[in-house]
Amino acid sequence: MSTSSDLSTLERELLAEISGAGDLAALDAVRVSSLGKKGRVSELMSKLGSLPPEERKSFGQTVNALKTKVAEALDTRKADLETAALDERLKTERADVTLPVRFGPVAQGRIHPVSQVLDEVVEIFADMGFSVAEGPDIETDEMNFDKLNIPAEHPARQDHDTFYFSPKADGSRLLLRTHTSPVQIRTMVAQKPPIRIIAPGRVYRMDSDQTHTPMFHQVEGLVIDETTHMGHLKWVLQEFCKAFFEVDEVKMRFRASHFPFTEPSMEVDIGAEAIGKPGQWLEILGCGMVHPNVLRNCGLDPEKYQGFAFGVGLDRLTMLKYGIPDLRSFFSGDLKWLSHYGFSMLDVPTLGGGLSS
Amino acid sequence: MKFTLSWLKDHLETDKSVDELATVLSAIGLEVESVEDPAKRLGAFKIARIVEAKKHPNADKLQVVQVEIAKGQPLMEVVCGAPNARAGLVSVFAPLGTYIPGSKITLEKKPVRGVVSNGMMCSAAELELSEDSDGILDLPAEWADKVGQAYIDAAGLNDPIIEVKLTPNRPDCTGVRGIARDLAAAGMGTLKPEPKLAPLNEAFDCKIPVKLEFTPETTDACPVFAARTIRNVTNGPSPDWMQNRLKAAGLRPINALVDVTNYISLDRGRPLHVYDAQKIKGALHARLGKNGEKFLALDGKEYTVDDTMCVIADDTGPLGLGGVMGGESTGSTLETKAVLIESAYFDPVRTAATGRKTGLVTDARYRFERGVDPASERPGLDLATDMIMKFCGGEASKAKVAGKEPIEERVISFDYARVEKLSGVKLSDAEITKILKALGFKVDGKPNAAKVTVPTWRPDVHGPADLVEEVVRIAGLDRIPATPLPRTDGIARAVLTDKQKRARRARRLLAARGFVEAVTWSFIPKGEATHFGGGSAELDLANPISVEMSSMRPGLLPGLLTTVTRNRNRGLTDVALFELGQAYRGEKPEYQYLSAAGVRAGTARLTGSGRHWDGNAAPVGVFDVKADVFAALTALGVDPAKGQITSDAPHWYHPGRSAALKLGPKTVLAYFGEIHPATLKTLDVESPVSAFEIFLDALPPEKKKSRAKPPLAASDLLPVTRDLAFIVPKDVAAGDVVKAAVNSDKSLIKTVNVFDVFEGGSLAAEGKKSVAIEVTIQPATETLTDQAIETITQKIITDVRKATGGDLRS
Repeated sequence: MSTSSDLSTLERELLAEISGAGDLAALDAVRVSSLGKKGRVSELMSKLGSLPPEERKSFGQTVNALKTKVAEALDTRKADLETAALDERLKTERADVTLPVRFGPVAQGRIHPVSQVLDEVVEIFADMGFSVAEGPDIETDEMNFDKLNIPAEHPARQDHDTFYFSPKADGSRLLLRTHTSPVQIRTMVAQKPPIRIIAPGRVYRMDSDQTHTPMFHQVEGLVIDETTHMGHLKWVLQEFCKAFFEVDEVKMRFRASHFPFTEPSMEVDIGAEAIGKPGQWLEILGCGMVHPNVLRNCGLDPEKYQGFAFGVGLDRLTMLKYGIPDLRSFFSGDLKWLSHYGFSMLDVPTLGGGLSS
Repeated sequence: MKFTLSWLKDHLETDKSVDELATVLSAIGLEVESVEDPAKRLGAFKIARIVEAKKHPNADKLQVVQVEIAKGQPLMEVVCGAPNARAGLVSVFAPLGTYIPGSKITLEKKPVRGVVSNGMMCSAAELELSEDSDGILDLPAEWADKVGQAYIDAAGLNDPIIEVKLTPNRPDCTGVRGIARDLAAAGMGTLKPEPKLAPLNEAFDCKIPVKLEFTPETTDACPVFAARTIRNVTNGPSPDWMQNRLKAAGLRPINALVDVTNYISLDRGRPLHVYDAQKIKGALHARLGKNGEKFLALDGKEYTVDDTMCVIADDTGPLGLGGVMGGESTGSTLETKAVLIESAYFDPVRTAATGRKTGLVTDARYRFERGVDPASERPGLDLATDMIMKFCGGEASKAKVAGKEPIEERVISFDYARVEKLSGVKLSDAEITKILKALGFKVDGKPNAAKVTVPTWRPDVHGPADLVEEVVRIAGLDRIPATPLPRTDGIARAVLTDKQKRARRARRLLAARGFVEAVTWSFIPKGEATHFGGGSAELDLANPISVEMSSMRPGLLPGLLTTVTRNRNRGLTDVALFELGQAYRGEKPEYQYLSAAGVRAGTARLTGSGRHWDGNAAPVGVFDVKADVFAALTALGVDPAKGQITSDAPHWYHPGRSAALKLGPKTVLAYFGEIHPATLKTLDVESPVSAFEIFLDALPPEKKKSRAKPPLAASDLLPVTRDLAFIVPKDVAAGDVVKAAVNSDKSLIKTVNVFDVFEGGSLAAEGKKSVAIEVTIQPATETLTDQAIETITQKIITDVRKATGGDLRS
C-alpha cells in the first residue's frame, strides 16, 4: 500500500509539525505521535513483515532514513526551544550590581602600630643573630637599679620618677620597671656569653604630658662576648636605622653622654632626612659599653667579657617612621585612630619582601 | 646650667664662635640645650637722644619728638606716648621694621593721629628687660656719647647665653671653669691660669667657734667646715657685670654678699653660704638634726628636720640645712656689718636624701649631691673673701677650719691598649696622655702599665672604662670606625620562642577575624580591678599618677570594655577590639601572664555589622566569641575539641551564656561568653558585649611534629550521610548528643554536624527539645551495604539514648 510518495508526504507532515511545535510539550507530543511505540513512523515498521521479501530491504532502509531524519529534526527543534526558553528566563533575571557589599573581616581588622613596628625591629635584629628576651613589669629595686650600677641616692634614680608599690614589712618595695634594662641583668645571670638579645616591653614612669605617657614601650639591645666594641655598636645602630627607615643612607651623630649602666656612654641623633625632614637632628636612643660593675654584678669578669647595650623608645620609632603626631593616642583605644594608623594583618614585615608594604 | 660667652672666656682663651663651641660641647657630653644670642633679638635697638619734644597736634596724651639716632645724621620724627619723654632724655630707639619682643609686634610705617612716626622709643618692658612699662627707658645722661650704638653693646648685654644639660656624673661642670677645662682639652682653646688673688691681711681671729659634732659613723656628713668673718663690711648691690651674669644664669641678684656666693657656685661649682655674724648666737655647730627641730629657711618657709639630716646650728638651734639651704634668722641683709663665710663639704648621699625629704631644690643641693670638689673648700673661701672685700670693704679674720677635706687619692692602673679594645679606635699613646693631662689627670709610667691619678674634682672616674670614656669623648666619637658585627654562620636562623611565635600568630589571626588591636594601660581604677578578680593591696601603686591608674590589671577586659564606652561616646557602637598583653595575678614574676582578649560590642560580628540591604547584623552573642576562641586555638595548634566546655566562667560573664574551655579540671585555656549585664552597667557600657580571654601561657606546647605532613588519607569511596533527629530533655547539651554519635563508631563516622535545634511547639510544654544531626559516614575499604549502614545508624541511636535519654523523633 505504501508508496514512496506516501512516505514523502508523511515526512513533510511530520517535519512541519516539528517546526510548528511552539514549546517543549508540543514537541514531545510530536515525538510520541511519530516515533513513539504507536507513532506513525513506528507503525510503518510494523508493516515490514507483511511485505514481500524482495521489498522488505528497500522499504526498511527508507523508513529508517525517515526515522533518523525526524529524530534529528526533533533534537534540533528541542535545542532551539531550550535556548529560546533560557533567553526568555534570563531576560527577567536582573541584579542591581551597584548595591554595596560587605568587605568581610580581613578588611576591618588592624594590627596596632607598636606591634607592627616591634615585628619590624625583631625581623632586623634576627638577621643579625639577636634573639628576643623578656622580663616582668613588676621588678625589684635590685634589678631595676642596684645591679645596673644605680645606687640608692644616685641622682639618676630621681630622673626616673618611679612608680612604687607599698613597702613590705622589711622595708623593701617593688616597683614598675622604669626601663627594659633589668632584662639585661636577667639574661646575663641566666646565660653565659656570647649573648645577643633584644628585649622589648612596657616600661613605666611618672610622667604625663604632650610627649610623655606614664606607660610606654622600649627595646633594649645587649651584646656580650670577648671582643665586641663601640665600633660594632656604631655599625649595628647604623645598619638598624637604614633597615628600619628603609633608606640607603642615614646621617647619624654620636654624642658622649652618661648612663650609670654603661661606660663609655653615648646618645645618638639621626638626621631627619630619613623621615623626610631635612635639616634637623632627632635624638633616638642612648647606648654604651656595658659598665664593668654591671658585668661584675652578673658574675661576669669585666677583664674577660665586654659588650654593648642600647635602649630605644619603640613608640618614638613608630611615630618617626609612620608620621604619627601624638603619643597619647597610642593608648586611647580610639577606633578611628587605630583604623587609620593600624596595619593590615597581611602586612607581615619581612626583610625579603620589605618591612612595610 | 646657664652661662654666657664672656663668662666662659674668663677661663678659656679662644677665638671660636659660640656655634662652634656649642657643637663641641654637645659632642663631648655637655649637651647644649639652647644658645640665646641677644644680638639676634635686641641688636636693632639703638641708643638715641630726644632733642626736642612738642605736644601732638591732634592728641592730648601724645608728643611728637625729634630724636638723634646717630651722630651727625638728620633727626627722626617719632610719636611718643610716654609721660617721661622730654628733651635731653637718653633712651632707646627702634627703627621701622623692628620686631618688639615685649609687645610681639613688628613696627610699620603708619600715621598716629595724622603724624607719621618713623620708629619707636622703647620701655624696659618692650625689650623684656623688666616689667617696667610706665615710661621709656631713662638712661644716664652721659650715655649721650653712645648715641647710635646698639643698646645691648652699651649696656653690656651683648653676651650669648649658653644652656647646658649636665649629666649627673659631672659635678665639675656645675662651674664655668670646669666647662672651660673640657673645651680646652677638646682643642677649643687654652684654659687660662687661676687668677692670682690679692694678698690677704688676716687681721684678727674668727671669734665664732665652729664645731663638728658627729659620731665616728656619721662624721662623713660634714667632714670639713671652713669659716672666716669679715667685719666692717658695707653691703649693697653687686656690680653690674656680676648682676648681668647672674641674671643670664637665671638667678635674681640679692645683695653683694649673697651674689658673691652664688657667683662662685656658678663659676667654680663651689657652693658657699654667708651668715650675718652678729646674728649667730654662740658657736656654729655642724651636726645631725634632732627629730622635731624646726627652722625658718631663706625661702620663707618653715622646715622640720630629722636625725638623718645634717644641720648647721647655733646655740639656739638649727639655722639651716647643710648643703641645701640656709636660714632666714642669720641671713645677710643690707644692714649686715659683719659676715661669716661658710665653705664646707657635705656628703652627696645625705644631701640628696635631705633634699628629697624636704622637697628643696637648690643650687647648693644640685652641686653637693653630685659631689663638690673636696679640695675646693679653702680656695673657695679665699676667693669669696677677696670678692667681698673688693665690693664691700672690711677686714678679714683668719680662716677657721674644723675637720679635714675628705680627699682620697685614686690611682688607676691603665693599659692604653684598653682604649682600642673597648672603643675600636686606635689612638697614639701621645694623644691619650695629652687628653688625660688636659683634663687634669696625672699620668705616670709606661703606656701599657700607666698609673693615672684622678683629679679631686672627678668623683665619677673609678676605673679603666671611665678613662676610656674620657679619652674617646674628647678625641671625638666620630673617629670610631663602624665595624660590622661578625655574622653568625650562614643564613639567619629563626630566633623567636614557641610562645613568642604563638603571640604573633594569635595577633594576626584575631585581626583577620575583624578585630582591631588596642593597647590599653597596665594600671586601671581599683574598683575595676576588684570587680574583675584583682585589686589586692600588693598590686596597688603607692604613688599612682591618678586614681584611674592605680591598680595593676588582673585581666585585659576592664581596659577593653572602658574602650568600648569611650568609642561609644565618639559615636561608634559596633566595635570589635582585642588586646594581646600582660596582666597580673600577683606581684611575683610568675604571676604575670599573657592573655589575648577580645570584645565584640553591638552588632560587630565576623561577617559585618549594622544594617544592610542583604540582612541586618544581629547583636553579638556567645557563639560569635566561641567561634573566635575555637578559631584562634586551632590556629595556635590546639584542638579545641580535646578540651572540656564547662559552665563556670567568672562572674563578669553572663551566667547562662558563657563557658570556660578547660584541659583537665585545672587548666583553663579560655573563657568566652556574653558579658554580665550588671558588669556592663558598672562600666557604663550600653550595648551588648560578648568577650573572650585566651590564656596563652596555659596552652599545651605544640608537639614537635616532623615537618613532613602525614600521607593524605582520602578514600575514593563516596561518603554516606544520614539525618537523625532526637527528642531530648531541654537541659541536655547538644555537645553530648554529638559526642555520643561521634564515639559510636570512630573509624567510620567522619563528622557529626548539628543542623537544627527546635525547642518550640508541644516540645516546650514537655520540657524537651529536638536536636537534629547530620552524620557523615566514610567507608574505608569497600562500599557499605544498606544493612551495614543501618547497623551503624542503630548503634548511634542506642548510644545517644544511653548518653542523653533522647529518642529518635518519629
